[in-house]
Amino acid sequence: MDTFIQQIINGLVLGSIYALVALGYTLVYGILGLINFAHGEVVMIGALSALTVIKLLAGSGLPGIAVVAIGVLVAVPLCMALGYGIERVAYRPLRQAPRLAPLITAIGMSIVLQQLAMIFWGRNYHSFPPILPETGREIGDAYISDLQIAILLLAAAIMAGLMLLINRTRLGRAMRATAENPQIAGLMGVNINAIISATFLIGSALAAVAGVMVSANYSIAHYQMGFILGLKAFTAAVLGGIGNVPGAMLGGLLLGLIESLGAGYIGDLTGGFLGSHYQDVFAFFVLILVLVFRPSGLMGEKVAERA
Amino acid sequence: MPEALQSEEAGADGRGDGGAAARRPLLEVRDLQVSYGGIAAVRGISLEVAAGEMVCLIGANGAGKTTTLKALARLLPARGAIDYRGESLLQRAPHELIGAGLALVPEGRGVFARLSVAENLAMGAYCRRDRDGIAADLEHIHALLPRLKERAGQLAGTLSGGEQQMLALGRALMSRPQLLLLDEPSMGLAPIMVQRVFEVIRRVAAEGVTILLVEQNARLALSVAARGYVMESGAITLAGEAAALLADPKVREAYLGE
Ligand SMILES: Nc1ncnc2c1ncn2[C@@H]1O[C@H](COP(=O)(O)OP(=O)(O)OP(=O)(O)O)[C@@H](O)[C@H]1O
Ligand SMILES: [Mg+2]
Repeated sequence: MDTFIQQIINGLVLGSIYALVALGYTLVYGILGLINFAHGEVVMIGALSALTVIKLLAGSGLPGIAVVAIGVLVAVPLCMALGYGIERVAYRPLRQAPRLAPLITAIGMSIVLQQLAMIFWGRNYHSFPPILPETGREIGDAYISDLQIAILLLAAAIMAGLMLLINRTRLGRAMRATAENPQIAGLMGVNINAIISATFLIGSALAAVAGVMVSANYSIAHYQMGFILGLKAFTAAVLGGIGNVPGAMLGGLLLGLIESLGAGYIGDLTGGFLGSHYQDVFAFFVLILVLVFRPSGLMGEKVAERA
Repeated sequence: MPEALQSEEAGADGRGDGGAAARRPLLEVRDLQVSYGGIAAVRGISLEVAAGEMVCLIGANGAGKTTTLKALARLLPARGAIDYRGESLLQRAPHELIGAGLALVPEGRGVFARLSVAENLAMGAYCRRDRDGIAADLEHIHALLPRLKERAGQLAGTLSGGEQQMLALGRALMSRPQLLLLDEPSMGLAPIMVQRVFEVIRRVAAEGVTILLVEQNARLALSVAARGYVMESGAITLAGEAAALLADPKVREAYLGE
């Protein structure tokens, strides 16, 4: 029982991070029909750049929370600029090209960013300095750290804010209109390029926050961390229904739970044959199952085929 | 016949406002050419629409009417001249037009199916900042098209075809257009719905909005418009007063089924 609740807590924390990254994939896919495979690298650069700032300020006497907050405040605009630049350089010139072309530049962009990060930050793992209070609370026999609580609350607040932005503001309305029919949105006076840029800016800001969350929660960051994380968040977006915003949130949380519970019980299930380090297998098992049995995802509708 | 009466009304409106706008027409198209990958769809047409006038462009399936409107709305690259309010539109991007008072209601309506009726109308006013003016226009459009008020919260994709056409029209009106380009508003609608849609178009024209109406239904178009152009295989073959075109033996044979 204790393992169960503990894995639920861990799964929700991991899942809310996946959700933040998955939103970046789904927002861009919704508007451009493009899978931005470089998105995982934006998360990685968010994590490493924040960590650089955090390490620099770690001995400054500032309280740990303030140091992390400054790290986030540096990483967010940096990643926004990066996401904006990626779209301008790698995708915009190929807007009219066959679908395969931007997919290939996406992968190329991902490799370039990884290599640049390797040159800049090296091949080593960077550990998160122990500046955050190590407090937490017991829930029955399970334990949730204050950091985990903070991640859950911040992710929930960000997602609520994003829903408000998309459903209640002029920009959000224009984004939904553009996602549905860019040509008609253009006739309404919507500058499609500005909307696409806004989408990349928003997704990249979420990626930066998620990157800091990952490195704080697992105390580690590395130039290759974006690859698996990006692939898992992409899986979460597909699970929820790519292009669907609440779907990405649901898909992220579900994937986090599946992985966490799977890792917690895989030993029992296989009689000790497979250990918890097989955690990653679940995400890709989920991806395959979804692609085979429900490619439109849990919340993916087929409204586009009507009217 | 009510048709004759209405065309006279529209004609009177056209003359009334046309005088105020001096000689220069609101829209002047010269030698417009549009092609799809080397295949010419519009082969050098010229037409003009004076301020306050309702003009129709009629022609059979595939004549190039939609292509012409799309070129005017800058959705397709074109050669020739498109002057609107005395300025060339050729260098303009599509999203700049609505702010200049030029609105297209596209073929097939193009409502945002996943947005509510109210949100679709709000999209029409996307470029406007005058909150009071927008609220007043919304009220006016709700009075003109009461169904849109009843269905404000409903997703546009759940509306009937006629209601979607009304919504597309209402959405364009929310931009407070000076020139309205309408592409086959009767398409796919039941006769009773066609009557209602055209009644609304008539009232919009009577309020002083200049309209270029594209229709396959020539009788209907010529009954509401003051003047008309007949398009065939990408070229304009006939032009004139609506009443004259209605009486023209060639038009009667080819487009009125007589
Ligand atoms: N996207 C396109 N690519 C290639 N050819 C096209 C395209 N759209 C239209 N055409 C061709 O251009 C010509 C004019 O088409 P257009 O749609 O302008 O006609 P229309 O007068 O609007 O017809 P309808 O009354 O059926 O709407 C037709 O021969 C059509 O086949
Ligand atoms: Mg057409």
